[in-house]
Amino acid sequence: MVNCFHCGDACLDVEITHDEKSFCCHGCKTVYDILHDNDLSYYYDLEKTPGTSPQEIAGKYDFLDNQTIVEKLLEFNDGNMQIVSFVIPSIHCSSCIWILENLNKLSASVKSSQVNFPEKTIRISFSSEENSLKNLVILLSRIGYEPYISLDDSNKKEKNIDRSLIYKLTIAGFAFGNIMFLSLPEYFETSEFWLDQFKPFFRWLMFAFSLPVVFYSASGYFTSAYKGLRSKILNIDVPIALGVAVLFIRSTLDIMMDWGTGFFDSLSGLLFFLLLGKFFQQKTYSYLSFERDYKSYFPIAVTRLFKNEAGKTVEEQAEVYTVEKGDRLLIRNNEILPVDAILIKGNALIDYSFVTGEAEPITKQSGDKLFAGGRQQAGIVEVEVLKPVSQSYLTQLWSNDVFSKDKSSIFESLTDSISKRFTLTLLTIAFVATIFWLVVDPSKAFNVFTAVLIVACPCAIALAAPFTLGNVLRIFGTENLYLKEASVIEQMAKLDTVVFDKTGTLTTNQKNLITYEGVALTLEEKQLLTNTLRASSHPLSRSLYSILDKNDIQTLDEFEEEVGKGISASFNDNSIKVGSYEFVGSYDETLTEIKNKTAVHISTNKAYKGCYIFNSEYRSGVAEVFENLGKDKEVIVLSGDNEGERERLESMLPKGVKLHFNQKPDDKLNFIKSLQKQGKRVLMIGDGLNDAGALKQSDVGFVISENTNVFSPACDGILEASNFNKIADYLNFSKRGVQIIKWAFILSLFYNLIGISFAVTGNLLPVVAAILMPLSSISIVIFTTIATQYIGKKLRMNINKKN
Amino acid sequence: MTIIYMLLSISLLVAIIFFVLFVFSVNKGQYDDTYTPSVRMLFEDELVKEDVQAKSETIKETSVNENKK
Repeated sequence: MVNCFHCGDACLDVEITHDEKSFCCHGCKTVYDILHDNDLSYYYDLEKTPGTSPQEIAGKYDFLDNQTIVEKLLEFNDGNMQIVSFVIPSIHCSSCIWILENLNKLSASVKSSQVNFPEKTIRISFSSEENSLKNLVILLSRIGYEPYISLDDSNKKEKNIDRSLIYKLTIAGFAFGNIMFLSLPEYFETSEFWLDQFKPFFRWLMFAFSLPVVFYSASGYFTSAYKGLRSKILNIDVPIALGVAVLFIRSTLDIMMDWGTGFFDSLSGLLFFLLLGKFFQQKTYSYLSFERDYKSYFPIAVTRLFKNEAGKTVEEQAEVYTVEKGDRLLIRNNEILPVDAILIKGNALIDYSFVTGEAEPITKQSGDKLFAGGRQQAGIVEVEVLKPVSQSYLTQLWSNDVFSKDKSSIFESLTDSISKRFTLTLLTIAFVATIFWLVVDPSKAFNVFTAVLIVACPCAIALAAPFTLGNVLRIFGTENLYLKEASVIEQMAKLDTVVFDKTGTLTTNQKNLITYEGVALTLEEKQLLTNTLRASSHPLSRSLYSILDKNDIQTLDEFEEEVGKGISASFNDNSIKVGSYEFVGSYDETLTEIKNKTAVHISTNKAYKGCYIFNSEYRSGVAEVFENLGKDKEVIVLSGDNEGERERLESMLPKGVKLHFNQKPDDKLNFIKSLQKQGKRVLMIGDGLNDAGALKQSDVGFVISENTNVFSPACDGILEASNFNKIADYLNFSKRGVQIIKWAFILSLFYNLIGISFAVTGNLLPVVAAILMPLSSISIVIFTTIATQYIGKKLRMNINKKN
Repeated sequence: MTIIYMLLSISLLVAIIFFVLFVFSVNKGQYDDTYTPSVRMLFEDELVKEDVQAKSETIKETSVNENKK
């Protein structure tokens, strides 16, 4: 088997030898020619077979002739110089970076192009006088780097990256280091002439350094504590903000009154560690998006037909949002229908895989209703719009309240729940100690009160969760479960109900479990069948063709494909009909039950032979996953399909699994809601747009994805399909992670106890605080890191044992 | 010992210069993509120009084989 020089795929049907190299298709060869003719062959030296076969794009980008759409896509435009950013999903290696950054060799209009590899984006500045955006997109597509342009791009907001955490962290770190230097001489409490001379100067310098720390770096804690108190929640930021405020006021008073050095070193160190924890907790998978809705899937423009003054029908590229009820649209092959519509002309073969997860396309005749979100797969059709994009069957799901809520703000984290008790205890201790000293020695009372609040500042507690969860998040990342944020892990640990979508989640996208029923075919008939299927582009034909023996390829005498019905062909006096039950002309009524299944029927020489039945294949380990999850959780299957698969599922899954069929997108959402009303914590696992509501409503929503580069709806985590059978392990792992946090809490409380014992006796020296605070923080970080790595190793060993 | 004031101000000045430079570079987005530059620096600076004469002389042969299995 020869592999393509350009894309590395095996040359299956044809092998094109060109310039002493082999190519799998003309597309790959053309790319090679373009690059070779422009002295860009270095592309192939950098990496072996770096390319991607270009897709057919004729007419696809005509909408870029519409200036309003172009304007929306451009980032910058001064009439001549234009800047545009594209997502290019096929970016995958260093050759890609090289060729895309040398675009100016292919088109002189390009002034500069810069690739962001992790995000798979390219930013191009070009001269619009020399080249149009459309030509640029076509050029990219021709060399196999087709940009992904969707409705989402049309309301491009100014990209506002929030870098404030980095600034806050930098400032805290900067101040921490400098203050440490300045306070070092005073740690030893030696009175020395020159040291005493410089004392006030050093102290005020430290004060100056602490100002940006308190008023900028710590600002987030103050606002969060304020918000928490207003909604009557004692979150962890309350004691932190209290501690910071007390530290600052006490230290300032100390140096003003010349009582001592103050605690500026502890203050800045505290914030540095806290912010470091926050920073560590953020682990972003820049090429994945957890916020997508239908917009990143729908096209930005459609072809609208309208009659001009002369009465002729004219095509026009219209923005999707301007499409109204009653408009006529033209949907080409492989285009997505963005509205609910009635089919007027042509035969539609609609693939709803993004909506339902169902891989097999559905045939529609004129007069049938088509729902938004389907991809046309057979030629051009003309449709009349019933409902515009925002009101369609699918998209109105997003008008549900769920989508405007922020999930993470509702739930109380483990840290917050402990901080409630912690804060109350802390305040009690502080007041009791103060009252005690007011009686015994009033001069010390203020000292003790502030010292308690300072030393008990829950730095270590606040660090336990971020570092544990950050580590767990990274371990999940290596196991191909990509979580949106660290708080999801805590939610995962609490789940008691798991709801699965069926199609696309429990089943694979390929239907390759094909069985034959009927009269056995002769060798001659089989050959005829193979040759007939070979010329058909219908997905079922393709997958059937792929399992048949391919020998003796001949050219057929006659071949005719009727879209949505089947194929008829003949060769050497033999005729064959392949297609739907009605099409092949069978009158055998006993077979009606097969009619409801996905099947390809065959008749030769007008006699019915039998059919190939396509069964959706379930992912490996489905039964095992249900078994494992069923041990301590309720498991439910929620399917949008009819009951056709009920028996098969029931026989395969353990008893007690509830199955619900015929669930519309709204039904799924409401079903989850009703579970939650019963006090259940629900994990929803789905894949398509129709699950979007349920994913959002659930406590944790995961999406199963065969290819993380392609679309997945908004969710809390994306799980690669190959790791589907490990879900139960992952849920257990999150529980262990939470256990580690609890251990870390105990450890940090121990430090607090030591600190408080210094404080209440009135012996807290700045140097003790300066040692205790970093010591507790660092030991918590070390403990959580080692512990998570240990359980991570155990998880991997468990998984390896299973494989 | 008053030299301490001067030394301190110089050291602070240096530290602050570095600090400002860092903030400036973060703000410019230099740390947004930490991977691509590491690949980019390994590319050849200039494309190696082939001899145009020699290139036109090599005759390209194209043939299409149907793979039969």
